[in-house]
Amino acid sequence: MTLGSVITEAGAATGTGALQTPGNPVTNDDLVYFTSASGYTGKFADKLERPASRIPLLTSAPTLLAQRPYVLLLPTYGGTAAQPGAAAKGAVPKQVIKFLNVEANRALIRGVIGAGNTNFGENYCLAADIIAVKCKVPVLYRFELMGTSEDVAKVNQGLEEFWTHQSQKPA
Amino acid sequence: MTEKLKLIDQVQAINWNRIQDDKDVEVWNRLVNNFWLPEKVPLSNDVQSWNTLTPEEQQLTMRVFTGLTLLDTVQATVGAVSLIPDALTPHEEAVYTNIAFMESVHAKSYSSIFSTLASTKEIDEAFRWSTENENLQRKAHIVTDYYRGDDPLKRKVASTLLESFLFYSGFYLPMYWSSRAKLTNTADLIRLIIRDEAVHGYYIGYKFQRGLETVSEERRQELKDYTYELMYELYENEVQYTHDLYDGVGLAEDVKKFLHYNANKALMNLGYEAMFPSTLTDVNPAILSALSPNADENHDFFSGSGSSYVIGKAVNTEDEDWDF
Repeated sequence: MTLGSVITEAGAATGTGALQTPGNPVTNDDLVYFTSASGYTGKFADKLERPASRIPLLTSAPTLLAQRPYVLLLPTYGGTAAQPGAAAKGAVPKQVIKFLNVEANRALIRGVIGAGNTNFGENYCLAADIIAVKCKVPVLYRFELMGTSEDVAKVNQGLEEFWTHQSQKPA
Repeated sequence: MTEKLKLIDQVQAINWNRIQDDKDVEVWNRLVNNFWLPEKVPLSNDVQSWNTLTPEEQQLTMRVFTGLTLLDTVQATVGAVSLIPDALTPHEEAVYTNIAFMESVHAKSYSSIFSTLASTKEIDEAFRWSTENENLQRKAHIVTDYYRGDDPLKRKVASTLLESFLFYSGFYLPMYWSSRAKLTNTADLIRLIIRDEAVHGYYIGYKFQRGLETVSEERRQELKDYTYELMYELYENEVQYTHDLYDGVGLAEDVKKFLHYNANKALMNLGYEAMFPSTLTDVNPAILSALSPNADENHDFFSGSGSSYVIGKAVNTEDEDWDF
């Protein structure tokens, strides 16, 4: 589990929306991430050393419910287009789709950070691009695999400034 | 081969309805969906472009591709196959057979490029060069030695470094030509190979890390030290090989940056930290752009350097929009 994660069980908690069902974990972190069993994106999230919550790995598990505006961090393992230039399918992990299918979660997303591999050509970080377009939020940063120390520093500094700027915006 | 081929001890019928590791299915599906053949790429459209290259540039290109052919042959006939007896699940074995076959497709596709662009004499000369170049032969020998060793995890390290690092002194050139609008169909074919190698490196690196979970802290340290040592050994040789190939056209320094960049990614595929600082990995943007049109400067929204991102006009989303 990531440092400082604040995940509590919903249900007994205060009523924060009709969409909550007993058993859904809720989070007050401003960074939400998905990482597969290989865990590269999770390693990057760990290196950031800031509170962050993981979207459940099991598609069948109740998804996470965001309680405050957040930035989503997720990987792309390459689309499945057979030829270069063809549209790729299946870039966004099912678990992330489930998370974003909750309208309240969609309403709170403010930006996306993509992990990927430039070897995947135009599908590099495609999942982040797709979500950015669907949710009308910017892609804040892209990095490869589990990120270098420079990526960690840039994202940490960038997130600080991003949230400062966000808090100054009229509601 | 002198030694007796090590085969798996016991074979059981593979049941794809009982999965121990979801990653096996995910990667199998990814590989199957990515399947391609060189015959689908219109290489003959590059004939005109090929004729605009100087004889020296043509010779360089031929040599680069014979070098890549050798590596893909090693990976198809020794590398991926040597991983099969160590597989933890029957589905992992199946994925390695897919990888081995695809490496054979890669090896064959260089021959498609050759037969389209060059004469038999030129092809034979390039293959002769590949058997005579010391640094290329050493590269193949270093890796095959580890494949024949008796340490399953070290084999995975060698394999991942081959898939994710050793190809890139060669991949540089078609990306360079592509950035100058030359041999663009050949570059399309190479991009398909590059994509496949990424999935192979990712999967073998993942299995390596699963293997690490089951061993002692001491053994983990040994494997980490071994990985960086092997990387250094291969890197030193790769630098020599790069000079052999690219000094004549003055590109060696640029290629080395591409090597550093990919060495870092190979280490990350194995779960280790990058080795080269960003001052040594600042790959020529034209090469990165040829590799991945998305990976331009606009990826850093934070620093304000991005110029092309435009926030679209807001339209309310409906639940139906979420059917990806």
